[in-house]
Amino acid sequence: MKRHLRELQPFNKEAEDKHIREGHGLHPLDAYLKPGRIPHIWCPGCGLGVALTAYIEALHRKKFPVDQCSVVSGIGCTGRIAGYLDMDTYHTTHGRAIPFATGLALARPDLHITVFSGDGDLFAIGGNHMIHAARRNVNLKVICVNNFNYGMTGGQAGPTTPIDAKTSTTPMGNAEPGFNLPHLAHASGAIYVARWTTFHPRQLVHSISESFDRKGFTFIEVIAPCPIGYGRPNKLGDGLEEMRYYREMSEVRNGADPGTAEIRLRDKILVGKFVDKERPDFLENYNNLVIAKAQAGKKGRAA
Amino acid sequence: MKKVLMGDHAVSHAAMLSRVQVISAYPITPQTYVVEELAEACRDGRLKAKFVMVESEHSAMACIIGACAAGSRAFTATSSHGLALMHEMLHWASGARLPVVMANCNRALGPPWNILCDHSDSMSQRDTGWIQFYVESNQEALDTVIQAYRIAEKVLLPVMVNLDGFFLTHTAEVVDVPDQDQVDAYLPPFSLPYKLDVEDPHSFGAICLDDNFMALKHDMQAAMDLARDAALEADEAFAEIFGRKYGLLEPYRMDHADTVLVTNGTITGTAREVVDDLRRRGVSVGLLKVRMLRPFPFAPVRSLLGDRERIAVIDRSVSYGLAGGLACEIRSALYGHDHGRPRVFGYIAGLGGKDVVPSDIEEIVNRTLTYEQPPRDDIWIGAGT
Ligand code: SF4
Repeated sequence: MKRHLRELQPFNKEAEDKHIREGHGLHPLDAYLKPGRIPHIWCPGCGLGVALTAYIEALHRKKFPVDQCSVVSGIGCTGRIAGYLDMDTYHTTHGRAIPFATGLALARPDLHITVFSGDGDLFAIGGNHMIHAARRNVNLKVICVNNFNYGMTGGQAGPTTPIDAKTSTTPMGNAEPGFNLPHLAHASGAIYVARWTTFHPRQLVHSISESFDRKGFTFIEVIAPCPIGYGRPNKLGDGLEEMRYYREMSEVRNGADPGTAEIRLRDKILVGKFVDKERPDFLENYNNLVIAKAQAGKKGRAA
Repeated sequence: MKKVLMGDHAVSHAAMLSRVQVISAYPITPQTYVVEELAEACRDGRLKAKFVMVESEHSAMACIIGACAAGSRAFTATSSHGLALMHEMLHWASGARLPVVMANCNRALGPPWNILCDHSDSMSQRDTGWIQFYVESNQEALDTVIQAYRIAEKVLLPVMVNLDGFFLTHTAEVVDVPDQDQVDAYLPPFSLPYKLDVEDPHSFGAICLDDNFMALKHDMQAAMDLARDAALEADEAFAEIFGRKYGLLEPYRMDHADTVLVTNGTITGTAREVVDDLRRRGVSVGLLKVRMLRPFPFAPVRSLLGDRERIAVIDRSVSYGLAGGLACEIRSALYGHDHGRPRVFGYIAGLGGKDVVPSDIEEIVNRTLTYEQPPRDDIWIGAGT
């Protein structure tokens, strides 16, 4: 059989740039995205696009100029978000988004700093940082996209994989229970805790905007389909089917005790705003307890 | 039995054949297939082992250290940043004299992020007290992991088997998978002389200051010296049963070669082709593959390279502010000994997955033959400079 191959065109940088210039700006939210980086790398049916759009919508709603915002992400499919946003972003090493962002928040308390990362990054390799930043109440907005597995490396079991769920490293079903993230965040000291699925984009935008008004450590879990790594082995179907699954399974219960929000395979998923409370953040405590005393001591010595 | 296997699966087959008892790991590209296959094998009963997917590479190494201290044959695999995160535990495994084995799928370190092959991950860990091998093919990866347990358990030091990310890990080749009976004959069940045992309690990891610390470190260095012989013995015994043999170094067409290329990992395969081609064209060039990097095989390097005119070493990593690591080791082996003084040219190539193609190696040979003296200690190929 004779094959007709498409003639190879040599790469034309000028045409490419022109294409990007003309294409960029067609969508009303393009101003937040880096020209030339879309299409993204995520699989069809992945929930990450919804999570990113919700974040951008929230910025838009709050009328935050991009130069007052910064996004820090760790490793994994969610980590790629940092690369798509047209603002100061940092794609850090695996698990270290929170300590990196803590440094940034202390150096630049004037910025809105969001940590955007996955469940594996934030709660396995970076779990220690997460609980301590929440305890300290560092002024960080954490958005954790939870898809119950390590998607990027091919669907291995992680810290949120429910008991009995199948992944590429738990072919017989997972022998470990997964974390209940809102419960953990609450117990560690987060002042704002919410959970939505990507089937709840409006509520998610609302929660993200609301978290920007809180001073301290806020935590929003976004349950997202990963049809490749999690949906397929657990027979949840393709991306759309997995969205339907989240629609069927989720039950909105604002103010619910996060302790009751554990997720099991094929069981209901509690969503809503669970915690919204006030307590002084790290910088406020530091200024009042350390800096103020140090200055008083200096004055005392001078007198 | 002959099978078509990717490098990652060659490694997992080797771990299964070695009858490992505890496996602990954390996923990182390009290592994931190694542990996925092992998880699968634990499920379908091909392997009777306990498998745990932990929360980081640091924990993975700590976990197999614990398993080995209790007398189990333990295994893990990692790559790049995962290996870097294990650094503290690497010292611990060797200092505690625990013969664990790890496969490292060589990958560059960020930033900028890169998932492709170079040797900067394992070269950064040369001082941790681990025996290190670099392999050229999937067959060699499988065979070396099995040999590694025999060596490790003989000298009580851990072994890292390095295979090039993607070039081996994700490339399928025909691999002769040995029979379990033969491997059992080669590798007897593991028995650790000092272990955690409630019947015979000991304290491990206790503090030891200026009284005995140095003596224990000297013991480690002595064990490294023994590891060269142990590796040769393991290789000979392997050849007797399986008919394959690799050596610590592998000389290729070195007869009367004035110029010798020195390589490790997959660049070696390409270099063989170039050497054949150049020999056909009458250039007197040979090739030396360095399979064992720790302990460094000083004596054979000296005798094989000492009386050559020019040596061209290709490094797939850099010690920043110095030069390529392998080039430095070759130079240090040759300096101050009783032989001629070859000029050592150190080349840096193939960082972050950049292909090292035959024309690059030919350029390296040409440059080596043209320069009067090395223009500097590190000559970069393919950096666009
Ligand atoms: S692997 Fe999963 S999380 Fe990653 S892009 Fe694909 S669907 Fe999304």
